[in-house]
Amino acid sequence: MNWASLSDFLAMGGYGLYVWGSYVVTAATLVWEVALLVQRRRRALQAVRDDVLIAGARHETAP
Amino acid sequence: MNRSQVIVSPRIRWFRFAAPQEFYPLAGILARWSAAVAVVLGVIGLVIGLLIAPTDFQQGDSYRIIFIHVPAAWMSMFIYVVMAFWAGFGLVFNTRLSSMMASALAPTGALMTFIALWTGALWGKPTWGTWWVWDARLTSELLLLFLYIGFMALQAATDDPRRADRAGAMIALVGVVNVPIIYFSVQWWNTLHQGSSVSLTRAPSMASIMLAGMLVMVFAFWAYAIAAAMHRVRSIILEREKSTEWVRSLSGTAS
Repeated sequence: MNWASLSDFLAMGGYGLYVWGSYVVTAATLVWEVALLVQRRRRALQAVRDDVLIAGARHETAP
Repeated sequence: MNRSQVIVSPRIRWFRFAAPQEFYPLAGILARWSAAVAVVLGVIGLVIGLLIAPTDFQQGDSYRIIFIHVPAAWMSMFIYVVMAFWAGFGLVFNTRLSSMMASALAPTGALMTFIALWTGALWGKPTWGTWWVWDARLTSELLLLFLYIGFMALQAATDDPRRADRAGAMIALVGVVNVPIIYFSVQWWNTLHQGSSVSLTRAPSMASIMLAGMLVMVFAFWAYAIAAAMHRVRSIILEREKSTEWVRSLSGTAS
């Protein structure tokens, strides 16, 4: 362990703004991408379900 | 059992994974395992990088940005090469899945490029005294971001997916020249950016615990990129093949 205390750790030897600015923004962008991935999958699955419903409806009303 | 089965059966027939319906479940397995590996390695890498590794005698604690800057920068270049490979493969052999793979890699590559630039700026300020300089390494990395964005924008602007694939492949292949320029820029030009600390031909110029932390983070980012691309390619397969029988048969049991 390199740190004596939590405030030591957060201060990063005076470079806290730069170090935490890097880590926090990186974490935020990764979380953002994961959220987009989940959203895209949900929409893709919904589109497949809609497609099946439309196809089924078309089949039933066919003469 | 006929003859062809006898000959082929002992080997795994890799080419069958070129078919989207064969690749779809495999991509799901790869995505789950890679995500697990990324989380485990990410935690180990962060513990080493932020808690265990000692303060650098020259740069102080600002050097800790290296544990995300270098992995992101390496992945930004590596993903581009893989993306250009699959885009070019799809262009030449007209294989649908290759082009889908290229599209699946682009957003993650762009994100890695952004992270490399962002952390680079935050590292540049305390060590060089400036957020940004127009030198060869930084400028070519910025160009990489524009290439990713151009690839995605062109694909988004083209309605027919196969035409979008071909147009995207052209950008991806032309832009691949930029990757060796980024990589060798610190040797070819006088630049503010330091040379590489890690090389295959000589001993690394870093303390071994710092090096270990950085390499663990490289593999964590690598695993993350695989997981993200595999997850995304599954969505792309569903989007593009939604009218096929095999996708429709998924919808009842979709997991």
